[in-house]
Amino acid sequence: MKKTLVLILALAMVFALAAPAAFADDAFKLGSSGPLTGGAAIYGISVMNGIQIAVDEINAMDDGFKFEFESQDDEADSGDKAINAYNALMDWGMQVMAGTVTSGSGITVAAQAFDERTFMLTPSGSSVDLIADKDNAFQVCFTDPNQGVASADYFADHFADAKVAVIYRNDDAYSQGIRDTFVKEAEAKGVAVVYEGTFTDATSTDFNVQLTAAQGAGADLIFLPIYYTPASVILQQANAMGYAPKFFGVDGMDGILTVEGFDTKLAEGVFLLTPFSADADDARTQAFVAEYQKRFNETPNQFAADGYDAAYILKAALQAAGCTPDMSAADICEALIEVMPTISVDGVTGEGMTWSASGEVSKAPMAVVIKDGVYVTPEF
Amino acid sequence: MKKLSKGARTDLLTYAGVIIAFIIVSVLKANGGLNRSQTGLLVPICCYIVMAVSLNLTVGILGDLSLGHAGFMSVGAFSGIITAMSLANVIPSAPVRLMLAMIVGAFFAAVIGFLIGIPVLRLTGDYLAIVTLAFGEIIKELITCLLVGVDSEGLHIIFNVSGSKTANDLNLLEGGKVIIKGAQGATGTKTIASFTAGFILIMITLVIVQNLIRSRQGRAIMAVRDNRIAAESVGINVTKYKMMAFVTSAALAGAAGALFGLNYSNLAATKFDFNTSILVLVFVVLGGLGNIWGSIIATVVLYILPEALRGFASYRMLIYAIVLIVVMLTTNNPVLKTWREELRSKFGKNKNKEAKDA
Repeated sequence: MKKTLVLILALAMVFALAAPAAFADDAFKLGSSGPLTGGAAIYGISVMNGIQIAVDEINAMDDGFKFEFESQDDEADSGDKAINAYNALMDWGMQVMAGTVTSGSGITVAAQAFDERTFMLTPSGSSVDLIADKDNAFQVCFTDPNQGVASADYFADHFADAKVAVIYRNDDAYSQGIRDTFVKEAEAKGVAVVYEGTFTDATSTDFNVQLTAAQGAGADLIFLPIYYTPASVILQQANAMGYAPKFFGVDGMDGILTVEGFDTKLAEGVFLLTPFSADADDARTQAFVAEYQKRFNETPNQFAADGYDAAYILKAALQAAGCTPDMSAADICEALIEVMPTISVDGVTGEGMTWSASGEVSKAPMAVVIKDGVYVTPEF
Repeated sequence: MKKLSKGARTDLLTYAGVIIAFIIVSVLKANGGLNRSQTGLLVPICCYIVMAVSLNLTVGILGDLSLGHAGFMSVGAFSGIITAMSLANVIPSAPVRLMLAMIVGAFFAAVIGFLIGIPVLRLTGDYLAIVTLAFGEIIKELITCLLVGVDSEGLHIIFNVSGSKTANDLNLLEGGKVIIKGAQGATGTKTIASFTAGFILIMITLVIVQNLIRSRQGRAIMAVRDNRIAAESVGINVTKYKMMAFVTSAALAGAAGALFGLNYSNLAATKFDFNTSILVLVFVVLGGLGNIWGSIIATVVLYILPEALRGFASYRMLIYAIVLIVVMLTTNNPVLKTWREELRSKFGKNKNKEAKDA
């Protein structure tokens, strides 16, 4: 019995190890890890798709600069699986990392990458803990505090009299991080926060308690620093109970119009801060969106855009630092740390992105409102 | 060897197998024979082996289906992390701190195991399984509410039930460090776990569990499993022996948790959810209930499998699931069972060989 088992497993392993590894001397080995299976897979797959498009475009250019791209699944785990995915990439020979996709895995991987001197540019890991005290970690997306502060400032400027309720997910570093700085900035700017409701991953299907409490507290604006899947449930349930405050989301809200089985009419009038809008009319965004739709038959969300930009940013940084593909990951890391604060990159998630030495990106957040199923600039 | 009973021989072979495996892997590691992925798997494998062996004590030997084993791992992990992090300035030696962390982790897990055991062990069968599942989830939720920091004045702990407090409310002095940030878990942990520590923990676990099983107490525990009423009628204190097995199992899981927690710089309580409990249960069931060396082999193979399948990219987890199903079916298939029996009787010596495989 045990022998049959061992035989089957041994065969399976031989199979796996025999998987071909492409070999190219003139290309930088670009790796990324993110959730490709499980509940958060939509984010990981979007990022990988975005990176893949950028890598293919870069390789098609005629300037002798090439990337070889490999992605690994970390199941959005913050412990052993994140490290396993990172180790698998390092065994493959990764020289620069365009990962991780999620903050939780990113904090774990960044600590190890810091010790081993591997450069990482996370497309969508927005937690401050990811880049804190690590000179090798940079971000494409906004940090959570950045979004919280920007949201509170926006409220102070445009909805000064609003009574704000916050519903956030307190077992998620992303949501908690935005909420923390939002509440602090709101207090400083005199924005009235009348109610705060929390939920966890396990309780993200029913929000009647939080919505009733928010209504009871007289809130006329609900701030949702959460991802769009629970947000779609909140919109539905608020509609069902006849409660119609203004809703305001951050970049996680991007994608609300693509939720299957969700009546997008409910999202009418929802505000969100987002670095990326698929309907933007600049040529770069339109080319990216067209290519993405052609390949994957769906509209790219901000995760795909972050991944797409990450590859171009790494190319710009590698070129600025004068790195060559025969350099070791540690040498490339030191060289990139030098140049990152000096470069400026135009991408689909922002024009003229620059970085501080601590790893934070600087770009302008853009508030949009959903009108007739598309993002438009709000008018006051 | 002839004079030894079959049980004692299996025990010795289990120790020998683990020691030989450790020596081989250590030599390979020292000579660069292991790549990074393989090296990275060593410590978690050690942790999960201890988890599986200790759960086997509850499920296989005591006969009570526990679905909350990850809860004890969680208690051990976070109490171990707090111990190791808060003593960082007092005890500079990492191995000593690791050892202390594992002892503290085991202690707290044992205390929680005892408290949970009082109501839970009055139940049997499905009811017990459901209640242990619930306790596992409760532990997870409680740790999600925990904010812990350390500064020169000592530990600061807030129990954040309302969910509205943050690490800033700990009011740490200058130079203080936040160890556990509620739902985000422990971040910035210094990783001090080592493969050697994992090996030592496995050996200690084997000594404790195997000696318990072969002892008078172990026979009493198995008597309770086989027939509770008969065991009671011959004067066995059922509650005492159930508690003994349950608390031992919890303590070992706590030590494994501490080792696991100190191997990663970031760890959230959600890691130790129902899925982790089931993962360990799968190791135990596929390795054979009550079969200690089976648990060890099943853990090693099943933990490596998803990593070895990375070549299949997105089909990885699908293939992993299929392998699990195939193993389940083949080990219980009557046709294959008869076939194996025939093979065994044909080659009379096979029986000895099976034992050696251990």
